[in-house]
Amino acid sequence: MLMSLTGICLIAGAALATVNKLTTDPIAASKAAKLENAIREVTPEFNNNPSAEAYKGVTADGDSLIIYPAKMDGNLVGVAVESNTKKGFSGEIKVIVGLDKEGKLLNYSVLQHAETPGLGSKMEEWFRADKNKQSVLGKDLAQGPLKVSKDGGDVDAITAATISSRAFLNAVNRAYSAYDNNGNHDGTTSATEQDNSKSDKKGGSHE
Amino acid sequence: MSNEQKSKFDLSVLWNGIIKENPIFVLLLGMCPTLGTTSSAINGLGMGLATTFVLLCSNMVVSSVKNLIPDQVRIPAYIVIIATFVTMVQMSMEAFVPALYESLGLFIPLIVVNCIVLGRAESFAAKNNIAMSALDGLGMGLGFTFALTLLGSVRELLGTGKLFNFSIFPEEFGSLIFVLAPGAFIALGYLIAIVNKMRKA
Repeated sequence: MLMSLTGICLIAGAALATVNKLTTDPIAASKAAKLENAIREVTPEFNNNPSAEAYKGVTADGDSLIIYPAKMDGNLVGVAVESNTKKGFSGEIKVIVGLDKEGKLLNYSVLQHAETPGLGSKMEEWFRADKNKQSVLGKDLAQGPLKVSKDGGDVDAITAATISSRAFLNAVNRAYSAYDNNGNHDGTTSATEQDNSKSDKKGGSHE
Repeated sequence: MSNEQKSKFDLSVLWNGIIKENPIFVLLLGMCPTLGTTSSAINGLGMGLATTFVLLCSNMVVSSVKNLIPDQVRIPAYIVIIATFVTMVQMSMEAFVPALYESLGLFIPLIVVNCIVLGRAESFAAKNNIAMSALDGLGMGLGFTFALTLLGSVRELLGTGKLFNFSIFPEEFGSLIFVLAPGAFIALGYLIAIVNKMRKA
């Protein structure tokens, strides 16, 4: 009885170890490719390796976000900020926000969310559609945080999903705040900061 | 239930799982992933195929080691076998189809406790030879896939006006409730009623 159960567990363990070994590299590669694509999507053309030069920026509320600088021939052309918010309707919303040097919003991409399908989940398209006051692209975040029209701002919230819209704008505002507070508009970073952000990024992906 | 010993190679076992004893529409097993993952046709298909793979492999392995496992520890032994295959599926999915892995998320590890998988190991694979068990696993898996894809298609079409992400009619005419949890119950109820009506006819 003991022998057979032990035997089965041993074989199962060996099989899993093999599969784990085979899939570790593809998993890491697909995660890296996804991040790389997201950064490429939201920033102007660059030719450096943003994930290698990533550093951390502190937001106004004391949290810190990872900032990926995009550089063309060594000159900073924009940054991609991996931002998040817990103010969503259900669960955390993760977005990557592209800003130019002055803090103008270039583009964004929603990395992860658990908002209601068909309502809050529309945020990926909604805030870039050039209709009424929906679009947030090109907004200058240096002129103050974005707000939905209902709160006195000038961005139209997703129909029937004001909470998700507020949360999304919150994530965008946090991204700018991290970039701005860091006082790092010239893009120079210290080596120690880079190391911290890398190890933190690794830990964060298991949350 | 076809629990009796089948010694001859019998293709009816395959059809049995797909139609006569369809795990969703007839046996009503594994309702949790059925209702949870079928918000779109592609999710239902992905979940169904993952479960089919696990069913096929676990049925074959259980059938081949059934004489080595003492009766007292057969359930833990089956669970270890099933969990091994589920973990393999999970890792491979994360590596090669990350988009599907993200949308199915938690439901992949939950295949371990899907009662169809353990149920077929216990009631069929433990009593039949490897070939028959493989057929049964494949049949049950395809039946599960068929049911999940059908339910996912109905919900996606009524909810968003799309089918496998192709727009059939504008999204404004869709009824959101079908994408949400209550719609899963409503659509499943009607599908079961239709399938039962057709089976009796």
